Amino acid sequence: MNRIGVFICHCGLNIAGTVDVKKVAKLVSDYSEVVYATDYMYMCSDPGQDMIKEMVKEKKLDGVVVAACSPTMHETTFRNTIASVGLNPYRGEIANIREQCSWVHQNTKEIATEKAVKIIEAIIEKLKLDKPLVPLSVPVTKRALVIGGGIAGIQASLDIADSGYEVILVEKNQSIGGHMLQLSETFPTLDCPQCIATPKMVQVGQHPKIKLLAFSEVEEVSGYVGNFKVKIRRKASFVDWDKCTGCGFCMEKCPAKVPSEFNEFLSKRKAIYTLFPQAVPNKPVIDSNNCLYFTKGKCRVCEKNCSLKAINFEQKDSFVEENVGAIIVATGYDLMNKAEVGEYGYGKYKDVIDGLQLERLLAPAGPTEGIPYRPSDGKIPKEVVFIQCVGSRDPEHYYPYCSKICCMYTVKQAMIYKHAVPDGQAYVFYMDIRCNGKGYEEFLQRGIEEDRILYLRGRVSKIFKDGDKIRVWGADTLTGRKIEISADLVVLAMAMVPSKGAKKLAEKLRLTTDDYGFLTEAHPKLRPVESLTAGYFLAGAAQAPKDIPETVAQASGAASKVDSLFSKDELYHEPIIANVDEEVCVGCGICEVLCPYEAIEIDEQDKVAKINPALCEGCGTCCAACPSGALELEGFRRKQILSMIKVFAEV
Amino acid sequence: MESKKITDKKKLKLAIGLGSTCSGCDIAILDLGVKLLELIGLADIVFWPTVFDFKYSDLKELGDKEIDITLHHGTIRTTEHEEIARILRKKSKVLIAFGSCSCFGGIPGLCNLTDKKQIFDAVYGENLSVANKENIFPEEKLLINKNKSITLPHLFDTGKTLKQLVEVDYFIPGCPPPMQLIEGLIPLMKDVLGGAQLPEKGTVFGSKKTLCDECTLKKENKMISKIVNPVTAIVDPERCLLEQGILCMGPVTRGGCEARCINVLMPCRGCMGPGPETEDQGVKMISAIASILGVKDEENLTDQQIEDLLSGIKDIVGTFYRFTLPDALLNRKVKERR
Ligand SMILES: Cc1cc2nc3c(=O)[nH]c(=O)nc-3n(C[C@H](O)[C@H](O)[C@H](O)COP(=O)(O)OP(=O)(O)OC[C@H]3O[C@@H](n4cnc5c(N)ncnc54)[C@H](O)[C@@H]3O)c2cc1C
Ligand code: SF4
Ligand code: SF4
Ligand code: SF4
Ligand code: SF4
Ligand code: SF4
Repeated sequence: MNRIGVFICHCGLNIAGTVDVKKVAKLVSDYSEVVYATDYMYMCSDPGQDMIKEMVKEKKLDGVVVAACSPTMHETTFRNTIASVGLNPYRGEIANIREQCSWVHQNTKEIATEKAVKIIEAIIEKLKLDKPLVPLSVPVTKRALVIGGGIAGIQASLDIADSGYEVILVEKNQSIGGHMLQLSETFPTLDCPQCIATPKMVQVGQHPKIKLLAFSEVEEVSGYVGNFKVKIRRKASFVDWDKCTGCGFCMEKCPAKVPSEFNEFLSKRKAIYTLFPQAVPNKPVIDSNNCLYFTKGKCRVCEKNCSLKAINFEQKDSFVEENVGAIIVATGYDLMNKAEVGEYGYGKYKDVIDGLQLERLLAPAGPTEGIPYRPSDGKIPKEVVFIQCVGSRDPEHYYPYCSKICCMYTVKQAMIYKHAVPDGQAYVFYMDIRCNGKGYEEFLQRGIEEDRILYLRGRVSKIFKDGDKIRVWGADTLTGRKIEISADLVVLAMAMVPSKGAKKLAEKLRLTTDDYGFLTEAHPKLRPVESLTAGYFLAGAAQAPKDIPETVAQASGAASKVDSLFSKDELYHEPIIANVDEEVCVGCGICEVLCPYEAIEIDEQDKVAKINPALCEGCGTCCAACPSGALELEGFRRKQILSMIKVFAEV
Repeated sequence: MESKKITDKKKLKLAIGLGSTCSGCDIAILDLGVKLLELIGLADIVFWPTVFDFKYSDLKELGDKEIDITLHHGTIRTTEHEEIARILRKKSKVLIAFGSCSCFGGIPGLCNLTDKKQIFDAVYGENLSVANKENIFPEEKLLINKNKSITLPHLFDTGKTLKQLVEVDYFIPGCPPPMQLIEGLIPLMKDVLGGAQLPEKGTVFGSKKTLCDECTLKKENKMISKIVNPVTAIVDPERCLLEQGILCMGPVTRGGCEARCINVLMPCRGCMGPGPETEDQGVKMISAIASILGVKDEENLTDQQIEDLLSGIKDIVGTFYRFTLPDALLNRKVKERR
């Protein structure tokens, strides 16, 4: 016999406005094994919780049902409440009579009251069979892995390392820095991104707690929060980085010339190259697809020029394994694939470029040293047309979402252009302008007033070449006029998309992504830097388009989550997990393939399923699928579910 | 009584009673062959209407708990079945539900998809082979002459299992129960005779695992992309049938039959009933199929494609509840909506 107490919450009028709580309390108090039932205005308030505590003691309750809002809101609250007076927390259950009852039956109060009683009775039946459970404890490896060395990864690594924990930073390129290093100046202050980012990069390179693995990618991750095992591929750079001092002689003499990715194909780099002069680590790699020795079998000029004998054409990919307790994913973004845009002559006309290309043209350290010579003939453009929302906010053709930063960088670029070419004119075609950040609207107004940027509300209908000009036809929907501009340069604000390979990586890590490949956060409002899988955290543009301030804030947020995870020596894992009855399991393997957390393995010898309790998230997928009935989810055993169904089925 | 005369003190009394049955279970017992002689050596048969000329009066004359072991087969469909089942319970020390009908309702239990009226309308009226212009339907009370009438048993709307009526000690499932399980009666009888500890009440004869455990076909990956018809499919004789898209009930069915159907490449129909940890065989199979059918490309399936996938299942109740409908959580069709 249980001694169950039932506490019914009014939730102000949220519940009591629809459900007759007094009546429910009275009816429920007669239910079997219930020794006390009452109602109260706000069960989650301090007096509400105190009332539960008192009654647990006074009535010697051994189980408590709180009939209130969804368990996702206050289950933990009430479990802690009863634990504080010595009850096992898993002997506390929530009956959801708000989201599942009062809110959906506002117009039928009687039915709502009847249903509330049923919901509570079903939960009482579940509680009767609830075993007291003890959380599992798992040790924590206090080292973090950060994937992606853009400003997000850099910030997160520094924060964690400064708290005293080791960090392994994996970057796929030969240097950290990410897109921020490509930018000319940054809104809304127009400061130099290299000036503010390179000191952080150097700190990463020098930090005793940070192990930087550049030109590397994560190959495999196994394990679970607190105990991940990571296999990392160190891609062959064909340069022995231990010997190399970064002198750069090898690059000077390399005869192969290749369009530079870092300069967005507006200049050439060598086949042996670093990304930019302030690279961290400042070590070159050989691009074997373009190296004459690799492609034609002759050259090895770099080798001859390296007095330290660091060039090694025989180098192969190698692998390292690291144990970490938490993982931050900060793989950033790319601009939408150029081949995807059909309109606007992109790819067809040299003088139609994207935002990052203009950043490089405007960057003082860029290929044109900040003077925006246009790609086709090197003339300084006098009329520049900017088109916003290319690919963004276009659910029919490309992406429905807003890329969030292009309104701002367009103002910025138009301004910097005007500062470089004071007699030039910038036009911006926009759908509407979204400048909602600190100082952002003021920045826009400055652009319009001081730099005379001409904003035209409307879409561009056609772009075509006319001599050395690019004709832009569009409409100004505010005046109703047709617009025709003979432009020298057209700049497209292309949609931001997750970085190449991010989707594959997410699959490897078992992380969920949205329809476009951006990583999904655990809760859009309340858990924005955590992923749904314990131990994984998100930072930067990998989660959604965002600018640098937001990226850095999220990175610091993720780092502090990792710090708080590492502040404990042991982690507690919910005991609501699946168990296998090995007497019953036939080793069919259905559960193994279905488990989204890869918590199950079929033991080849015993031919039965084995569950790793630390990996199991208690989702129940396997229990529903297991045909033999060998699997049970603790806290949701079949007997419990059946007895709940019986309450509802009874009419 | 004849049986009383030949009763040896050291022999048990065995009864075999029935409900709605095809008598396959009786044949299965007779099929014991030499072992049958051993069985008869251990027990006198005090009631077995299919095989010997026993009358109900013979049964009624026995004292309470006088029968040591009773095997009951067949579904409970009529008042007569109910009465016999209750008497057998009263007169038996050990009552065993024998065969799928008695255990779970069996094939006659599919009657729960209709009711008495619908059955009568079909059998005595609508069927094309029936000529019944006068609309004569069987009646329970039949006047033989002015003074005498006889009463036929009443047919229930709903078929029932033995345990839904009376307490049952053991279950021997199968349609009919496989030989090796029936042979298990002999050690049981010896234990009863010798006064040894008997199996726990409610024990089901058969394996503790489901059929897949004893099925020898090669198992690789249970994720299936479509359902195929076992009759028209070209079957790989080495590989698990379910993995080939054939609906095999093996995963949710208690083992113990030594996979007699699989061995001739017919998918398991589930006659041994649910596995030991399953309350409802059909639901378990439905949720297993729902978990594995088309999951590989789940996110990309359109509603139409999902419907097409499911249309491979031709007869849901007949497939998933062929032998267990009366025993299921939802055990009959709604008779009349409130
Ligand atoms: C044209 C343009 C102008 C902009 N101007 C401004 C501005 O003025 N002000 C502002 O605040 N913001 C601006 N932004 C936005 C800014 O670029 C981003 O907010 C910022 O760069 C996001 O940083 P991040 O670290 O999240 O991503 P990224 O900078 O993209 O860095 C991601 C890093 O991860 C690495 N990586 C990717 N995949 C893997 C993998 N699988 N394994 C290992 N490493 C991987 C990449 O190589 C890269 O180094 C601009 C953006 C654009 C497109
Ligand atoms: S930020 Fe501005 S330009 Fe970019 S998609 Fe959103 S509205 Fe369009
Ligand atoms: S699904 Fe069930 S029977 Fe099959 S391997 Fe898993 S636990 Fe065992
Ligand atoms: S409950 Fe979910 S997470 Fe746990 S073993 Fe089963 S399928 Fe995997
Ligand atoms: S599903 Fe059928 S064929 Fe496959 S292993 Fe089980 S019993 Fe054998
Ligand atoms: S394989 Fe299935 S249907 Fe065939 S005998 Fe065994 S349990 Fe019955």
